[in-house]
Amino acid sequence: MTRQMSGAKMIVQALIDQGVDTVFGYPGGAVLPIYDEIHQQNAIRHILVRHEQGAVHAAEGYARSTGKPGVVIVTSGPGATNAVTGLTDALMDSIPIIVLTGQVPTFMIGSDAFQEADTVGITRPCTKHNWLVKETDALSGVLHEAFHVATQGRPGPVLVDIPKDVQFATGTYNAPKPSVSHYQPKVKGDMEEITELVAAMEKAKKPVFYTGGGVINSGPAASQLLRELVKATGFPITSTLMGLGCYPASGENWLGMLGMHGLYQANMAMHDCDLLINIGARFDDRITGRIDAFSPKSTKAHIDIDPSSINKVIKTDIPIVGDVGHVLEDILKVWKSRGRKTNAEALSKWWAQIEEWKAIDCLKFKQTGKTIKPQHALVRLEELTRKHDRYICTEVGQHQMWAAQYLGFEDPNRWMTSGGLGTMGYGFPASIGVQMAHPDALVINVAGEASWLMNMQEMGTAVQYRLPVKQFILNNERLGMVRQWQELLHGERYSQSWSEALPDFVKLAEAFGAKGILCSDPADLDDAIMEMITHDGPVIFDCLVEKHENCFPMIPSGKAHNEMLLGEAQTQGVIDSKGSVLV
Amino acid sequence: MSALKIKKGATSHSAYNLRPTFSDVIERHTLAVLVENEPGVLARVIGLFSGRGYNIDSLTVAEVDHTGHLSRITIVTSGTPQVIEQIKAQLGRIVSVHDVHDLTVEGASVERELAMFKVTGTGDKRVEALRLADIFRASVVDSTLESFIFEITGAPDKIDAFADLMRPLGLTDVARTGVAALSRGE
Repeated sequence: MTRQMSGAKMIVQALIDQGVDTVFGYPGGAVLPIYDEIHQQNAIRHILVRHEQGAVHAAEGYARSTGKPGVVIVTSGPGATNAVTGLTDALMDSIPIIVLTGQVPTFMIGSDAFQEADTVGITRPCTKHNWLVKETDALSGVLHEAFHVATQGRPGPVLVDIPKDVQFATGTYNAPKPSVSHYQPKVKGDMEEITELVAAMEKAKKPVFYTGGGVINSGPAASQLLRELVKATGFPITSTLMGLGCYPASGENWLGMLGMHGLYQANMAMHDCDLLINIGARFDDRITGRIDAFSPKSTKAHIDIDPSSINKVIKTDIPIVGDVGHVLEDILKVWKSRGRKTNAEALSKWWAQIEEWKAIDCLKFKQTGKTIKPQHALVRLEELTRKHDRYICTEVGQHQMWAAQYLGFEDPNRWMTSGGLGTMGYGFPASIGVQMAHPDALVINVAGEASWLMNMQEMGTAVQYRLPVKQFILNNERLGMVRQWQELLHGERYSQSWSEALPDFVKLAEAFGAKGILCSDPADLDDAIMEMITHDGPVIFDCLVEKHENCFPMIPSGKAHNEMLLGEAQTQGVIDSKGSVLV
Repeated sequence: MSALKIKKGATSHSAYNLRPTFSDVIERHTLAVLVENEPGVLARVIGLFSGRGYNIDSLTVAEVDHTGHLSRITIVTSGTPQVIEQIKAQLGRIVSVHDVHDLTVEGASVERELAMFKVTGTGDKRVEALRLADIFRASVVDSTLESFIFEITGAPDKIDAFADLMRPLGLTDVARTGVAALSRGE
């Protein structure tokens, strides 16, 4: 169906036709025609953020918690440059985002006009793809293609830069068609390789599933298939930070998260296994530790929709390029048709070994005295909220790792965190995006006070839209992870890693018209958390915690999985100078 | 907790230098990349190489299919086998890229480059330059009483050899197109 309309109207029409119900944005000179159209319709809700970075992270939270793409509208120049961090974050974590930026009129491009920036140039390396649309007739096609590219294959952020004269001019609108795009990534895995993997699974004595964000991105069906496969084979399963929730934390075969701050049993299983099955993860350096000592005895299979992930870091013996859901379906089919075989005797020995590792209880800590340990705060938060319809976001740092360690995720799309880029300031706006998508759910952002302050202006957004997001701040008055590394690697010289002038978070909440809760005594913690949960509105929870707590377990930089530190007692002199150059 | 003894200059190393590679042999590969001819497509390809630290030894680009708006980029690059594999996979990931061919591994191929050389001089040197140009089948495309411009087409090493010979004879300027390559046969 084709119709004549203005470019600005086309944008709104394309969003409606793509099934968008919510957009996050901030108006400005170069997007005024679009905002004029937004004003004249009710199909799409626009959430006014307080900073463009917040808009992108909110859209990420929306996307990650729904599986649908998030949409952002910002103005030219500073609007676009403020979106860059969010775009990079979404690229690293494969989150589908469509960012629409205004641009100065086509006839002024290149003249250093007011609020002009080379947006497509600046965002080329931090988007999956981007477009500058110079003709209104081309606009609807590009917008539909943008949704296609953002969501197909390995998802990612895309950006469409739209000059103001293109928004004003009239052109022909085309409705979305079944894709005419040449961009059609392969989703089915090669059957020969799948069969090879199944044969390896049948014989494996010490197998482990190493899963990642790709399982979540593939959709809820992939998580279901994964659960079926784990149950059927009885293999142990671990997951990266990005994959938490693809297999339930309460599941029998769950080893917990792996990696730098992963659980002892997960990392030891990775190191000692003879068959490593990577499903939708990318051998990130936080996972592998020292490359030449990474899982030295295993045959490695790698399922990934992005061919460039294969052999990028770790040499793969059985590469399978395809969508996790499709490939898992085929693995199950082949495995069943070949008689559902596993090496049961060896597996039970493997599990006995894993149970020994588990018995070390690497997350053990002692809550004593009158100061709240951050781990204790999270154990109580988990206990008091796990029965709720709950979504967790985090900022970046120690609190993020503790949240990953001490909170349990039963389902996919319930955990929003900045993994690849490690963006402080991600969690608060992300929680706003999640709450928009799930108005009745309990949305908690586990934060550190330093990260949280990076996007604290979004309190205005939370209050304006009455979003009852709970900001659970583990306040140690430090940049905790920086402080920990300075302690371990830089001779306890705590350069610039503490905040001397923190706000009174309760008063800050009140200044925005929200509720603030201060808790510093372990005896008050449960009541305070309950007060936070039951309050119908946004809450800043200022939880004063132990200031010098370190995050363990930890694989020091440059070390192998079996060289984990389990507590402060063991850290003496373990990181050598070679390791200290890694971050 | 003990302070760690960090060697002087330790932090000047890139973390990536510590990564073992799968093979240390540096290989030279010629890649043919078919891309949609749209604004910024060359920047995407070049940005990939600079952003990820890959080498470009030579690069040529031109639209080869005017109706389909497809351009062919010929890139000569070098790296370990693992790096070459990554380059191809990363190129394939760019949305505007339709096809990536590694002409070095996909059977025999022909590589050609066009170059122009300005050689200035008089007397014996001038005569010698003209004689050598004849041997190399270079043609004279411009001449003054004190200079020639030679045009030469051939494989890159032939052009290198010609440049080496012209240098003592008064070579003042070189322009090279970079490599264009096609696979042999059908």
